[in-house]
Amino acid sequence: MVATAATSTSFRDRVFEILAHVPDPEIPAVSVVDLGIVRDVTDEAVTITPTYTGCPATLAIEADIRTALDRAGLSKLKIETVLAPPWTTEWISEEGHAKLRAYGIAPPTMRATECPRCNSTHTEEISRFGSTPCKSLWRCLDCREPFDKFKCH
Amino acid sequence: MSARFDHAIRLGDDALILGQRLSEWCGHAPMLEVDLSLANIGLDLLGQATHFLGVAGEAEGKGRDADKLAFHRDVLDFRNCLLVEQPNGDFAQTIARQFLFSNWQELLLTEVAAAPDTALSDIARKSVKEVIYHCRFANEWVVRLGDGTEESRKRMIEGLDWMWRFVDELFDAKDGAASLRPEWDKRIATVLSEAGLEAPKPRRGTMGGRKGHHSEHLGHLLSEMQFLQRAYPDARW
Repeated sequence: MVATAATSTSFRDRVFEILAHVPDPEIPAVSVVDLGIVRDVTDEAVTITPTYTGCPATLAIEADIRTALDRAGLSKLKIETVLAPPWTTEWISEEGHAKLRAYGIAPPTMRATECPRCNSTHTEEISRFGSTPCKSLWRCLDCREPFDKFKCH
Repeated sequence: MSARFDHAIRLGDDALILGQRLSEWCGHAPMLEVDLSLANIGLDLLGQATHFLGVAGEAEGKGRDADKLAFHRDVLDFRNCLLVEQPNGDFAQTIARQFLFSNWQELLLTEVAAAPDTALSDIARKSVKEVIYHCRFANEWVVRLGDGTEESRKRMIEGLDWMWRFVDELFDAKDGAASLRPEWDKRIATVLSEAGLEAPKPRRGTMGGRKGHHSEHLGHLLSEMQFLQRAYPDARW
């Protein structure tokens, strides 16, 4: 086999598949791949990016990814952290949006915020800052339930 | 010491010290939502500080990482502006400090984000997105308190009055930040006018933080923040 600098699609897919099973420590319903934390995979390294600079989960995420790679026999793969381009909620996948909604967290949207329980758009923000750096607190004015919303960032 | 180290350490120390100050509110804020907000803003700032101090450590090249720089320096070696080390006071005084600082920090980081030093500009580009949130929070509270009850208005005026003397230092020409002043003045004036408040009377600014000449408050803050590393040097989790 001829050595090549380009990472084969199958290897890349395999690593992404492994990481798709690494849950976010704060919101275990979604994986680090769903959230767009995993940027790239090459033969040498997995590139990740933090969501918020001060997110305390950043170190836990790196440790969890390390464990998953080691278990898959990929101890040689390094983990590299990049800041640019900055992470935004645009990096969250469609699948991630659906998983968040199913978990009871309204996904980030610039349109009217929908209650994840009754789908009403008759909702209001209670607090711009929530239980984690990435979420704000909302409430539904129809079913009266409070809920978290992933902030547009 | 290199200009790059000086630049990074100023950015890092501002964020670190204000982040530590804000963490003092945790569990004490007037209501739960505000408690969360102040803790989250503090957390953002600590994250920024970690990155900026990391760059400072690399620029210095003596093997000091962000933790070493945060926990193994004493007052004279800190380069934060005096504004961020001021005590929290009451809620209005904390809001006044955040209002003046975040509006300045957003302008400053926007400038750093466009600079050629990619290590610093990457951090700035990421951080500025967070600081826009901080500004919104602080600006809204200035309006709410200024345009609220007689008591909240009085306290907002007193808070601004106390913090105002530390504004000039932010725009010290030696730091190259003087050009940000007109835009900052405009932003501050807009919010104050919405709050029905006036800017405090100009007075001679108190300076010195960038040279390590700090107020007494910083020593107390550090003795708490650095307690563990002072008692058990290089202790790790």
